[in-house]
Amino acid sequence: MNSSVIIFPGSNCDRDMDVALKKFGFKNEMVWHDDEQLPKSDLIVLPGGFSYGDYLRCGSIAGKSKIIKSVIDFAKKGGLVLGICNGFQILTETGLLPGVLQQNKNIEFICKNVFVKVNNKNNKYFNSIDKDVLELHIAHNEGNYFCSGDELKMLEDNNLIAISYCNKKGEVNENSNPNGALQNIAGIFNKEKNILGMMPHPERMIDKFLSGEDGSIFFTNLLNNLK
Amino acid sequence: MTKVNEQVAIDHGLKKDEFKKICDLMKRTPNLTELGIFSAMWNEHCSYKSSRKHLKNLHTQGKRVIQGPGENAGVIDVDDEDAIVFKIESHNHPSFIEPYQGAATGVGGIMRDVFTMGARPIANLNSIHFGSTQHKKTKNLLRGVVKGIGGYGNCIGVPTIGGQTCFDESYNGNILVNAMTLGLVNKKKIFYSKAAGIGKPVIYVGSKTGRDGIHGASMASAVFDDKIEEKKPTVQVGDPFTEKLLLEACLELMADDSIISIQDMGAAGLTSSSVEMASKGKLGIELDLTKVPCREEKMTPYEIMLSESQERMLIVLENGKEENAKKIFDKWDLDFAVIGKTTTSKKIELYFDSKKVADIPIDFLAEDAPEYDRKWKKTKLPQKIKFKKENFKSLKINNCLIKLLSNPNICEKKWIWNQYDHTVMGDTIQKPGGDAGVVRIHGTKKAVAASVDSSATYCFAHPLTGGKQVVCESWRNLISVGAEPIAITNCLNFGNPEKEKNMGEFVECVQGISEACKYLDFPVVSGNVSFYNETKDKGIKPTPSIGGVGLLKNYKNMLTMDLKNEGNVILVIGKTEGHLDQSVFARNVLNEKKGPPPEINLFNEKNNGSTVMKLMKEKLILSCRDVSLGGILVTVAKMCIKGKKGVKLNKLKSLINKFEFFFSEDQGRYIIEVSKKNFKKVENILKENSVHFDNLGEVQKDNYIYIDNGKISVDELSKHNKNWLMEYMVQ
Repeated sequence: MNSSVIIFPGSNCDRDMDVALKKFGFKNEMVWHDDEQLPKSDLIVLPGGFSYGDYLRCGSIAGKSKIIKSVIDFAKKGGLVLGICNGFQILTETGLLPGVLQQNKNIEFICKNVFVKVNNKNNKYFNSIDKDVLELHIAHNEGNYFCSGDELKMLEDNNLIAISYCNKKGEVNENSNPNGALQNIAGIFNKEKNILGMMPHPERMIDKFLSGEDGSIFFTNLLNNLK
Repeated sequence: MTKVNEQVAIDHGLKKDEFKKICDLMKRTPNLTELGIFSAMWNEHCSYKSSRKHLKNLHTQGKRVIQGPGENAGVIDVDDEDAIVFKIESHNHPSFIEPYQGAATGVGGIMRDVFTMGARPIANLNSIHFGSTQHKKTKNLLRGVVKGIGGYGNCIGVPTIGGQTCFDESYNGNILVNAMTLGLVNKKKIFYSKAAGIGKPVIYVGSKTGRDGIHGASMASAVFDDKIEEKKPTVQVGDPFTEKLLLEACLELMADDSIISIQDMGAAGLTSSSVEMASKGKLGIELDLTKVPCREEKMTPYEIMLSESQERMLIVLENGKEENAKKIFDKWDLDFAVIGKTTTSKKIELYFDSKKVADIPIDFLAEDAPEYDRKWKKTKLPQKIKFKKENFKSLKINNCLIKLLSNPNICEKKWIWNQYDHTVMGDTIQKPGGDAGVVRIHGTKKAVAASVDSSATYCFAHPLTGGKQVVCESWRNLISVGAEPIAITNCLNFGNPEKEKNMGEFVECVQGISEACKYLDFPVVSGNVSFYNETKDKGIKPTPSIGGVGLLKNYKNMLTMDLKNEGNVILVIGKTEGHLDQSVFARNVLNEKKGPPPEINLFNEKNNGSTVMKLMKEKLILSCRDVSLGGILVTVAKMCIKGKKGVKLNKLKSLINKFEFFFSEDQGRYIIEVSKKNFKKVENILKENSVHFDNLGEVQKDNYIYIDNGKISVDELSKHNKNWLMEYMVQ
């Protein structure tokens, strides 16, 4: 399976994502933001970081970058696009996903392990994943998801809230919400569920010496679903 | 242009006799631009004029040392093709005036020092000191500094893997912000600042030059008074995004061989970078300041030379490589300008609008800079305090333990490090909160451990002992995570060197550091000195911060502090003499602030540490932590909290009382967990090596520490340990 990771100026999880994708069997290529063409890919990843210094608004400038037109075309044709952290912010800025990511409720950067509940397995990302609760890692200053009432209703009606912050037991409540996100939203799909934006970083949880290994489950499963 | 006279020189922070020396050397009165350059090069921060004499005595040699002090950062060999570049640096004065930007640019500056040498930064650490928790400024300063450190490091994408935070009223008017960075470089691709070759193009890259930070280095070389707020404009403003681009662009350019030398523009900006490159290469340098990319209009040569705008580098390139280099910087949207060339003149010659605006022999700025042998006073070893039985009579061990675990200097600092990205780059295998942070060397079996330590209380009580102690503490912290200690970097934060007492503290701390480094074969490879940490005549306690780096040849053998399994035995390695003076217990529970710090016995220190390393090699240790602030019981409690286990402590065989046994801060000690099966083997190795140890007790499944026929809930202790800072910050 071929994957591509887009590098924007200020991306800083691009290498980590490259390492993770290759570890689990993807043939990965790095793509520069100033390019216009995407290589042939089964998966496009917008990595975490501070694209364009987070200036103006997180993800907003990247949302207008040269390469992004091709990413939008690719996504609209049903190609898989995964946005992690800043990548999620970029996806909302392009309009591919609804809503915005506001500053964390406690107005502090948060770096820690969290649990997320997988709400919908009927898609390429989570199909046949064993676990219902994954332990992943977050590291962000603007991860507080917000959207309009109509948009939320649309997300809920179509079962598009991909993952929600929860506790170890899978209970979604205020105590398990690290950043104030609406309905504990940690990640969402577009209607066709080929686009996934999520704040947690699965690429940081890929071996037992790191914060955890549930990222491995995510990538292995994703690859299997694409085969 | 302002006419230069003695008063103008004094306003630039120069002394009368220094101004006279300048005029004598130049055989004329310098113009304002030249005076500015002299003041920048001759201030304490750049010239090390009060410290140089003593720094020469530091122990800087070792078999793994590739580059010792004198470069942008130190370099050590970590086997194969790999070397680690590292350094710690202070950004104290700016951080007190403007905590966010001060701390942020401190982190930015130290990272530039490291990637200037061709290394990709792989870990950041910091040592931060604040005033009393009761002081009205403390909370805001802490919040601002933490945000600044995070704001910069998180954006660049380098994990902050450890640090140290202290509170003491001596920092009420002068906080300390010391930032450390480690970078990874191929041994054969290290870049240095020494220029070479004549007529080589001098290139300016990075951000544009603005009016920020003018006189920053001079500000850092003066004491504070009531008007410090007016100094805000001397604090630089950081832009981590540009630094990230600069990092990537520089590393891209470094992949081939077009760079002859490279130097970041740190303190004293373009002045010190150009002078240092020329001075090291014994060359001259000619710059056309009209070509310097400026952010603001009508900047004068004086302002351009003294600006401390961030994220800038000066490069001497091979001839003919300009086009290719420019392409790389264009790709990263960074300014690139050829602003001059190297010459044979051994002078710095500056032009502006086709007129020569400065002409100074390089030696006048570097080698001829003043060096002082300042007067200093020895600190006598204080009398030992004789604690009496009554002192302990009304004390309950449980309450004492709770008090210590929630002491600001002992409590858990999660509130701080949760704001630092400590997992980016995907190689952090020991997060902040342990004895040292550990990151893997990407793609290898190896890992490096790093920690930062300071012990101002000990250094204040007796600088010579304190200096030794900080080095030993660093050495122990590295061993405790399973690393072989290799080398240190030191950030020497002191008061006013013109005062004999402060100068004495400096001299004796350096002496202590040097003795310990030599004995432990733990050399100093880089560092900096920050004097004049003084406000309205009140100086800080002497605070050398030591950043230690160690190597794990196989990261799978890393040790952590969390207790592992019930039934295992826990031992304290090293002798517990019951030294309470200067301990957190004596100062906070007994309210006794006098007395000498615990003695350092370098023989025992080395022997105990080496033996612990032997036990590790035999894979006999399951968890480990060194005994530091708060003594044995605090250490055991932290190991219980981390491992969510309890401990049943044995009845004391010691002759000293239980408070002395559990809370004394004797040095050279570790607590280790070993399995019952291996106990005999461990005992034999310890005996063979003449290492004293005590059998402390046994790990329990339930979450209680059993002591003295009573028990304390580990959950309860954990709550006190974890909540203090959190609650303090939200109050």
